[in-house]
Amino acid sequence: MGIVKAEKLTYEYIRRDEEGNVEGLVRAVDEVSLDVKQGEFIAILGHNGSGKSTLAKQINAILYPTEGTVWVDGMDTKEEEHLWDIRQTAGMVFQNPDNQIIGQVVEEDVGFGPENMGIPTEEIWQRVEESLRAVGMYAFRKYSPNKLSGGQKQRVSIAGVLAMHPKCIVLDEPTAMLDPNGRREVIRAVRGLNQVEGVTVILITHYMEEIVHADHVFVMDQGRIAMEGTPREIFSQVERLQDLRLDVPQVTLLAYELQNRGLPLPDGILTREELIQALGL
Amino acid sequence: MSIILDHVNYIYEKDTPLERKALDDISLVIPDGQFIGIIGHTGSGKSTLMQHLNGLIRATSGSIYFNGEDIYDRDYDRKKLRSRVGLVFQYPEHQLFEIDVFRDVCFGPKNLGLDRREVELRAYDALRRVGLPDELFYQSPFELSGGQKRRVAIAGVLAMKPEVLILDEPTAGLDPRGRTEILEQIKKLQRETGMTVLLVSHSMEDVAEYVDRILVMNQGRILYDDAPKAVFRHYRELEEVGLAAPQAAYIMHDLRERGLPVNTDAITVEEAAEEIARAVRAAGGLPGMTGQRI
Repeated sequence: MGIVKAEKLTYEYIRRDEEGNVEGLVRAVDEVSLDVKQGEFIAILGHNGSGKSTLAKQINAILYPTEGTVWVDGMDTKEEEHLWDIRQTAGMVFQNPDNQIIGQVVEEDVGFGPENMGIPTEEIWQRVEESLRAVGMYAFRKYSPNKLSGGQKQRVSIAGVLAMHPKCIVLDEPTAMLDPNGRREVIRAVRGLNQVEGVTVILITHYMEEIVHADHVFVMDQGRIAMEGTPREIFSQVERLQDLRLDVPQVTLLAYELQNRGLPLPDGILTREELIQALGL
Repeated sequence: MSIILDHVNYIYEKDTPLERKALDDISLVIPDGQFIGIIGHTGSGKSTLMQHLNGLIRATSGSIYFNGEDIYDRDYDRKKLRSRVGLVFQYPEHQLFEIDVFRDVCFGPKNLGLDRREVELRAYDALRRVGLPDELFYQSPFELSGGQKRRVAIAGVLAMKPEVLILDEPTAGLDPRGRTEILEQIKKLQRETGMTVLLVSHSMEDVAEYVDRILVMNQGRILYDDAPKAVFRHYRELEEVGLAAPQAAYIMHDLRERGLPVNTDAITVEEAAEEIARAVRAAGGLPGMTGQRI
């Protein structure tokens, strides 16, 4: 069993009207099964309302299944006694950096998690330093978070999760509110965690460019996994993705448009370098 | 008719240790009917500039003229200015509050003191313009998808019949199709009504695709003010201020560097594809190359 495993995971909630009367049942996640190995970089794509955030919240037991089971590092998320261990194993980073930072000073904010876990002070400081270095924010440790840019705040949020020494980190659209530079910084930090620290990454995003290096991609639609495979397998299917309200990286789209203009290029070109080679340059 | 900014400065927390120049000597002419993109990293002054245009923030010094009138004149009707320059904030759907979509959109024009018939006509027209299907008009706005909610919020501003529409990152958090749909709708609206549109965006690909003119903000100043192609020629300078060029532009530069004689001015996928196909054919084609499949 991998670090995160879901078996026929179904999640339903009751929809109510203004007066609180039941209007119906919504099946936000519908019999999803997946198995994520320790150290993998997983991407989850899907249009707004496809169920990807609901799925992500199952991984650190903010929500738990109506039917089926989710295990995080072997722990069943439905068993309450595992709650804190699960949240420590699988940390979560959300979209809006301003909603996640609580400390007055960067290093205090990052220390908040391990402090709550009852880690001895000396070790907390050690973890704070390591985490801030891992995301390239050590130089800002004495700053007030509200003096930071969006990308820097997101990296502090990531460091805060990292300081709890999770095996897995789930990021739900961490770059949606950032400028191009902020997006680059965050994605670079996330890739670093995965490759250098060996942390399992589950990244949810609407930016296709961010996941060309992922090991495995899941595409959600109507609560189900509609497609899965390597980025190349997924992005080779331009029309199918567009039907699912998604897209491909611009370079992939360009290669596809060149194919349509009669150029014999392979499917699923993911990087500029690949396109240059395919053009024989 | 136009908006003119003449040496506008805005200083936060003036005369305190926290004093900071948010806008630094901005002079600018915005003629009627342009579609303008505004780019700049977080904190570069984009939002501050936007808020000056409808009088939400008053410049520390300098003047702003709307259709030839100084908006800081003692008897200038600044309340009216706010309905003439419509501002759609980030995540505007957080401001929806009514029990159904139609009433939500009526809220703005109702506050302008219009009679009920006019209010309802405007609300109906605005909802049609953002492409919201009729059957959703009497639903709770909270039951809609992210993209639909955002359209309702934009309709709420359109119903005030502004002459200028300012949108602060209208596509943030939407899926790729939702992004395209909203932008196409705005473009159509701009073409059909001749409304001036200012679009604040973090997506270089989006501004490259849709706008006529780009303002690049950095440290409270306007770094570039030009047509998209001309602005993105400065891709190295843009990177230095936390921005970038659209990916297509980088590809063109790469290809040229590797010896394919392409014109590097292509900034959209469509333009890039045309130009690369042309250059490859001119260079004798690729092995196994066929005719055009279109």
